[in-house]
This record gives sequence, structure tokens and C-alpha cells, in this order.
Amino acid sequence: MREMSFSQAIEDALTQAMKEDQRVVIFGEDVHSLRMNLYTRFGEKRVRPTPISESAFLGAAVGAAMAGLRPFVELILIDFLAVAADAIINQAAKVEAFSGGRWEVPMVVRAGCGGGYGDGGQHEQSLWGWIAHIPGLKVVVPSTPADAGGLLLAAIADEGPVFFLEPKLLTDDLLEVLGSGGRTTVSYDIPTGGRTGPVPDRWEPLPLGRAAVRREGSDVTIAGAGIAIHRAAEAADLLSGEGISASVIDLRSIVPLDRDAVLKDVERTGRLLLVDDDYRDFGLTGELAAAVLESGMPARFARIAVEGTIPFDPKREQKALPNVDRIYEAARQLMG
Amino acid sequence: MLDSVSLYRKMLTCRRVEEAIAGLWQEGLVSGEMHLGIGEEGVNAGVLDHLGDGDAVALDHRGTAGMLLRGVEAAAIIKECMGLEDGLCGGMGGHMHLFSKDHLAASSGIVGSSGPAACGFALAAQHLRPKKVAVAFFGEGAMNQGMLMESLNLAAAWDLPVLFVCRDNGAAITTSSPAVTGGSLEERARGLGVPGKSISGVDAEVVWHEAAAMLDRARSAKGPSFLRATCLRPQGHFLGDPLIRMVQKPVAEMKPRTGPLISAAISSGGASISQRLGAITRIMAMLGRAARTQLGNAHDPVLRMRKNLKITADELAGLEEEVELIVKDALEKALQSLPAGGEEAAK
Repeated sequence: MREMSFSQAIEDALTQAMKEDQRVVIFGEDVHSLRMNLYTRFGEKRVRPTPISESAFLGAAVGAAMAGLRPFVELILIDFLAVAADAIINQAAKVEAFSGGRWEVPMVVRAGCGGGYGDGGQHEQSLWGWIAHIPGLKVVVPSTPADAGGLLLAAIADEGPVFFLEPKLLTDDLLEVLGSGGRTTVSYDIPTGGRTGPVPDRWEPLPLGRAAVRREGSDVTIAGAGIAIHRAAEAADLLSGEGISASVIDLRSIVPLDRDAVLKDVERTGRLLLVDDDYRDFGLTGELAAAVLESGMPARFARIAVEGTIPFDPKREQKALPNVDRIYEAARQLMG
Repeated sequence: MLDSVSLYRKMLTCRRVEEAIAGLWQEGLVSGEMHLGIGEEGVNAGVLDHLGDGDAVALDHRGTAGMLLRGVEAAAIIKECMGLEDGLCGGMGGHMHLFSKDHLAASSGIVGSSGPAACGFALAAQHLRPKKVAVAFFGEGAMNQGMLMESLNLAAAWDLPVLFVCRDNGAAITTSSPAVTGGSLEERARGLGVPGKSISGVDAEVVWHEAAAMLDRARSAKGPSFLRATCLRPQGHFLGDPLIRMVQKPVAEMKPRTGPLISAAISSGGASISQRLGAITRIMAMLGRAARTQLGNAHDPVLRMRKNLKITADELAGLEEEVELIVKDALEKALQSLPAGGEEAAK
């Protein structure tokens, strides 16, 4: 076992993938800076900076993937997907279905997601619900360095388009550039777990669509992905002080979604509390509520998610994003 | 008529307000990224000096000076950057998302989006406000964005009264723009039917005269124009720009990067040695470009304007003192608006 930060794990797994498979190429905005080490090691042919032309380079990734490469596209922030939505929604997502399953698009789009560092509602969205809405796309959201590397390899190995979303509060490199910028006068509510952790000596792909039970409890099931999992774990600690025993389920991938893991746990606890850094309406939390309803099991249900545009003001931003207090309160109310 | 003294005053106000914002950012009273227009005053003031009531402006992520030049109160902008409830947008938008409906001035943090917005403003002017115009500001990096190229075409096809202003500092964040851009930008605009011109943005008077002619054209319903003005931004893409930090503090900033870089250069598995050397050479060239952005006096539009003013030393001192006072007052107002213990809370 080795110890790595979230960002180191991603770069390390990416290095392994690039060494093993010449077809893996990286392109995206500023990758010579963002991936300076890989740029040096693999050269500009395989790590290539792009113009600010998301439609062109995401669209080109679709074509390149269809024609034999395995593009790993750096979109920097998932918010920028909106600029190039056609390449993903109407092209990448459709090729396999349209070709009758005869042609696939093995590409990965990596992007930072989520807020908590005061950058405003156009740079802090999570948007996995939006991606997940479209058939043909997969989305993973790691919450630990070990998952980051393992899910990254799985994303690259997958034969279809996969979004790899990186919660910015866990990634020291993105957060340093976008948040502190060399200042020592700012700090963030960074979860204690997840930023660094043990990783395997050699990366193996993790299976997509398998949730991880981070904590087993008997009273309430708390489920989510990314930062939400760390907030949930902290809330679970507080709840156990009050005699409330909470499970914490890390979904790890939004598509495929491990509904069974959630349902199995809710079967025991009878209560489901969902925590989501993405928007509340028409998203992940509603989808899992539907899964519970469809299963026919009786369960009490609550959810904490982002309810409007994320405010720029860091104080209001913190209240808008799922936080430990909100999770703790909601869990207590579910018990009532 | 060009009033050089008034233009200098506007440029200096932008410089001082943005320096004040940079100070607040350094103190941790402004969160997230901060993109300032220091070094671009000649372009911003030279163009916006021509705008009046009913004219519209679409700004990008670097819009603080634009808002100021349209007449938005400095204190309201500073407070917005600090996320305060009595800021320009109630603390909801922040510096990348400044909006003033009264001034028909809007901004966006999505690169290239000022193009379509300005087209829409201009379309509304055609219907509702004859002889009024819309100006779009963006960087040369945005010129590779599809929506901006589409809006150049739309403006030409519909004869929209738009002035497209491209502030060209040669770099899209850390990417060398010439390395990712085909052809010349003004030819590209011309190819889409929008007459274009390239000038140095260091001389505000030159910008002023060019913008005057282009905006006259728009006001007389002759259609859009494209103005590319070069400039240097000593702060790089945003405050705390890693490249600028590496240039200013090479030892401290490069130290943590050197080990992994050397390892990347020599580890087995990867590109050929010559390809790796090519990559390292380009990284060094990128740092060299960053070093050259540090404003020498000759490239500083504010100092250049100051040098050519035809007023007495006393008049100049009086004007500068007045600007200092206005900025100081705005800054004090903003700091007074901080909730009790706000300095701590903001951290």
C-alpha cells in the first residue's frame, strides 16, 4: 500500500493507463500546465493542449474514440459541458444505440465539480443528474484517492463514454489554483477523510456501479456521492452520540446506479436520507426515491440537495450546499 | 471630442479600484478566483468612453473595470466581489457575474458568451433604441469558441450594431494563443463579414479613435465591427496565477514541482527523449512568456496616458488625489458593510 493525495492518485493511475495503452491520449484546455508531468513524460502528441473550443475538442474526442483512440478529455470544470452539450448528448451518447450496438465510443471526460470555495454558481455545479438523464452516458464520482484511481482506470477501460467527476474540495491541485491561488488567508471546510489515503501499489479498475458501504447502521441509511459522503460520515458520528445508528453508502457511480445496495440497506433501517451536491429537482435524489417506491417497501424518506443557483457569498454558499448540520437535523427528524 | 484628462482619470480609477480589490483578495476577503483588468485600461476606457444611456455592454469574466466605466458605483462593485448583501448583485454573483440592468451591462464567466449576448442587446436596440449600440468584450482565447464565431456571423448577417472588442494578451490561461489558433483574428472576422482591425491597446487615445469610427458605423446602421487590441496583463490570467508565481518566486514555487518533473523526464515508459525535451522546452518558453508580461513602464497604458497629458503638475496632482479619495471612500464603505466579525467569517 502507498499513501497518496486525491490528485496524486489520479495522475498515478493515468500514468499507468498511458504506459499500458498507447491509444490513451489526453487533450483539453491547459493540459501542458495541469498535467505538466505527463506532458513531459509522454510528449505533446499524447498530452495536447487545446484552444478554448469545447464543442470542437469534445466532438473530436467522440470521433477519435470511434476511430480507435481512447481519448481522456480534460474539461476542467463540469459547468463547461453546457458549451459543448451536443457532442455528448446527441453524439457520444447515441452512437452505440444508433449503430445497433456495432460501434462504441470509449472516451472519458474528466472535470472538477462542486463548490465550497466561493467561486459562484457558474463554476461550482455538480451536474451529474443532467448527464445521468441521458441514456448512453456513465458518470463516476470518487470520494477517496483509492476510488479515484480505481474508477479512473475503469472509466478508461469502459467501452462507452464515461464522465469522471472530481469533487474540487478533495483535489488539492484544482482547489489551489481556483481557490487559494497561493494565499494563506483563505481556508475551506475540507472533509477530513478523502483528501489523502492509502492506495494500492498497482492500480486495478474498480467495477462500475458498485456502491461501497462506508458505515453500517441500523436506524437510518444515508446515501450520496463525493463530498456528501464525508459530510454524511461526520453527521453519522454526531448521530451515534445521540444513540442514532446510521449507515453511510457511497454510491461511487451515478450511472450505473447501485440501487440494490441502497434498497438492501433501507430494508433494514426503514429510513432513507439522501445527500446530494447536485440540484434537488429532477435528479439523483428523486431517482432513488423512485427506486424505493418501485420496490414496494415502506420507508421514510428525506433529502438534502442544492435547491437553487449556488450563491457567490461564501456564507450563503455554505448553507446552500449539503453540510453536516443539515444532514444531522434531517436524520433526527426522520427518527421522530 | 477626445478629452484626454477625463480618459486618464477613468483609467486611473479603474487601476486603483482593481488594486484595492486585489488587496482585499490577498487578505482573504474575496473568495475564489479573481480576474482583473490591470494592463487593459487603455482598451476598456478607450472603448467605453463612447457609450451613453441606452447603449449596452456584454462583459466576460474580467468585467469589474467595464462596470466601473459604465458608471456603476465603485463601492457596489467592491462589495459584490466580497459577496456582501448590499453589493451590486446582493452578493449572489461575484466578480465574474456582475449585472447592472440600469446600465444594460451584463457579464458571464463562460468564455465567448459575451458575443451572443451583445448580438441580442443590439437586436433589441434595432427594435427599441435606434442609434444605440452594443459592445462585446472578450479575450483572444474566446475567439476559438464556436458561439463567438457564430455571433460574428449573426451580427454581419443582421447588420447588428455591435462592436466586438478582443483584448489580446497572447495567452488563454497558460496556453499560447498562437499555438492553438489558425489564421489571423481580424481576417477571421472579415471572413465572416465583420470589418476588423488590429491595434496596440497600450495607447488609449489610439483605441479611442478607432472605437469612435467603429461605433459611428454601428450607430448609423452600417453593421458590426471587430477591434483587436493587444495588451499585457502583469497578473496573468487571475490573481495567484501559478505561472506568475513561478516567475516571481522561482525557488519557492518550483521546488515542489521539480522532483516530479525530473522523474517524468527520465522515467522509463513514455515518449522519446527528443519528444520529452520538446515538452520541457515548451514549458520553459511558457514561463518566459509569463515573465515578459510584467508591465514595464512603456507598456503600462495608465503611465503612458499620464505622460502625454497637457496639464500642469498641480492639476495632475489634484486629479490623482481626487481619484485616490474616491477609491479610498469606496473601500471604506465596503469594509464598513462587512458584518461584525466579518473578516473572520469571510475566511
